Amino acid sequence: MSTTTTRGVAQPAPAKASQARPRRGLRGNATFNFWLFTGPFLIGLAIFVFVPIVWSIWLSFFDARYTVTPSHFIGFDNYKQILTNSEFPDSLVTFTVFAAFIVPTTWALSLGLALLVNRLRFMRAFFRSVFFLPTAVSYVAAALIWKMSIFSGVRFGLANTVIGWFGADTVAWVSNPTPPWYWLVIVTLRLWIQSGFYMILFLAALQNIPTELYEAAAIDGAKKGWQTFRYITLPQLRATSTAVVLLLLIAAYQAFDEFFNLIGQKATWAQTPLMVLYKSALGTSQDYGAGSAGAVVLSVLICLVTLVQGKFMGFGRGDESK
Amino acid sequence: MTTTAPQIGKQRKKGRGVLGNTGLYIAVGVAALLFLIPFYLIVRNALSTDLEITGENWKVLPSFQWGNISELFDDPTVDFGRSMINSLLVAVLTTFGTLLVCSLAGYGLARIPYKHANKVFYAVLATLMVPTAVTFVPSFVLVSSLGWVDTYRGLIIPGLFSGFTCFLFRQYFLGFPKELEEAARVDGLGYWGAYWRIVVPNSLNFFAAIATITFISAWNSFLWPLVIGQDPSSWTVQIALSTFMTNQTVNFHLIFMATAISILPLIFVFLFLQRWLVQGIAQTGIKG
Repeated sequence: MSTTTTRGVAQPAPAKASQARPRRGLRGNATFNFWLFTGPFLIGLAIFVFVPIVWSIWLSFFDARYTVTPSHFIGFDNYKQILTNSEFPDSLVTFTVFAAFIVPTTWALSLGLALLVNRLRFMRAFFRSVFFLPTAVSYVAAALIWKMSIFSGVRFGLANTVIGWFGADTVAWVSNPTPPWYWLVIVTLRLWIQSGFYMILFLAALQNIPTELYEAAAIDGAKKGWQTFRYITLPQLRATSTAVVLLLLIAAYQAFDEFFNLIGQKATWAQTPLMVLYKSALGTSQDYGAGSAGAVVLSVLICLVTLVQGKFMGFGRGDESK
Repeated sequence: MTTTAPQIGKQRKKGRGVLGNTGLYIAVGVAALLFLIPFYLIVRNALSTDLEITGENWKVLPSFQWGNISELFDDPTVDFGRSMINSLLVAVLTTFGTLLVCSLAGYGLARIPYKHANKVFYAVLATLMVPTAVTFVPSFVLVSSLGWVDTYRGLIIPGLFSGFTCFLFRQYFLGFPKELEEAARVDGLGYWGAYWRIVVPNSLNFFAAIATITFISAWNSFLWPLVIGQDPSSWTVQIALSTFMTNQTVNFHLIFMATAISILPLIFVFLFLQRWLVQGIAQTGIKG
């Protein structure tokens, strides 16, 4: 990516022009203009991204209850506290379980929808829109529908009505601390919201697979269906699949909205890392030191994931999408 | 570019006939129905009485209580109208601010031959490693010491400086045709003039795509407004919904009417701007 950076404009112009104004692109001083364009952004980035990060690293070594300008240095005590207190490690377990459910299911469902929609010839745009539409809904609104209508724990809830037809007893979907029912609620919610989004990515990738590959396979006698899917479609989608899986992982890591609204912060189960941070820094204890230490730990963990992602994707989109 | 090659399509049609296609459409149709159920539930419950929602007998159609709308806006416990206005202001200003700041920076990084531009670019890239949601505690510490809690400034400004959006603009401008800028050069324009008169007017599709994505994520954002909006007067609509849900007295019909109204603006955005949205997602990969 570093091969094509910033020299575009300054390349020698066609002969006559370069005679008149040698080695100059647009009029004006490049250094001044560079800072004119990037200055506002860089100042904002420094104040609202870099300063908070440095500040929180500093805070994480202090006893900072109810204050953001502490004076009592305590070394690694905040880190010890959050790592030994069971809440924080538990939240990482919650994330792991959640990711184990949501990543494969979203991958499979969005790929499946993309394959279906890609084969449609009539009403293709309509169906694509239908699957994509839930992306517009916030996690809060979806949590509300899931909790108060579909998976309401009382008789009138949709899920309980349906299982009632088969003679099953009502289930307390989200308020029962023993898995698996609350996972069903959480995972279906996120599936509904995000599958359409990843379907769009897969659709774009599917349309970039050269049709010659399928033609060649047909000549070689490959059966349509599973064989072409397994040996052509799937390998051709590898870059997109990798990107999707990493994006799903990072999104699951930051899960907060639906857990907060479905399960609640007072519950002892299904607390995600961000919920634990929220409680320690902004709950009753207002412990900015511990909260900052948690933010540092989570940041380091996700940096590792992003570095792996950077290895795979070169910090952005793969070459397959164009 | 269209779908799979016509040849393959024909072969498939011959091989599978009407039956295969019917199966395909049934599968897609069932999936689509499942995806639409939650929307149906919102509308049905929003226009029902509480008794219809919680009653024993499931009714497919509600009794269309349009009065629920005015009842919601008159409800004294949560100022829903105020929260809608807050959300609208925050989402619109965030979108314009992000586009302005990030596109300028993206252009500067992509096109202005400054010798340290690469170093600056790597500093921006470094911020992509940590998602902003993970650093909300330090951001809150900063914003609260600026005294921006419960203000529009606090809700909007910290979110404007998105390294990712800047990165997307840079990638886009790298591919912007140089010939157009050369025309600007012939006209004697500087970088600033060329940017506003040539580059921006010729990039409106890309701006629209990023604007749509930014607007949606600003409207639906929950964690940051929750942290900043401590007083009800600064709640966005997502916080109001969340509060409705946890209130002691549960008015089902009002809650669902609030949900329906909170989703409505985005449904419009989707219906009218979907082209740019899909294009934007396919082009840029991701946001968010």
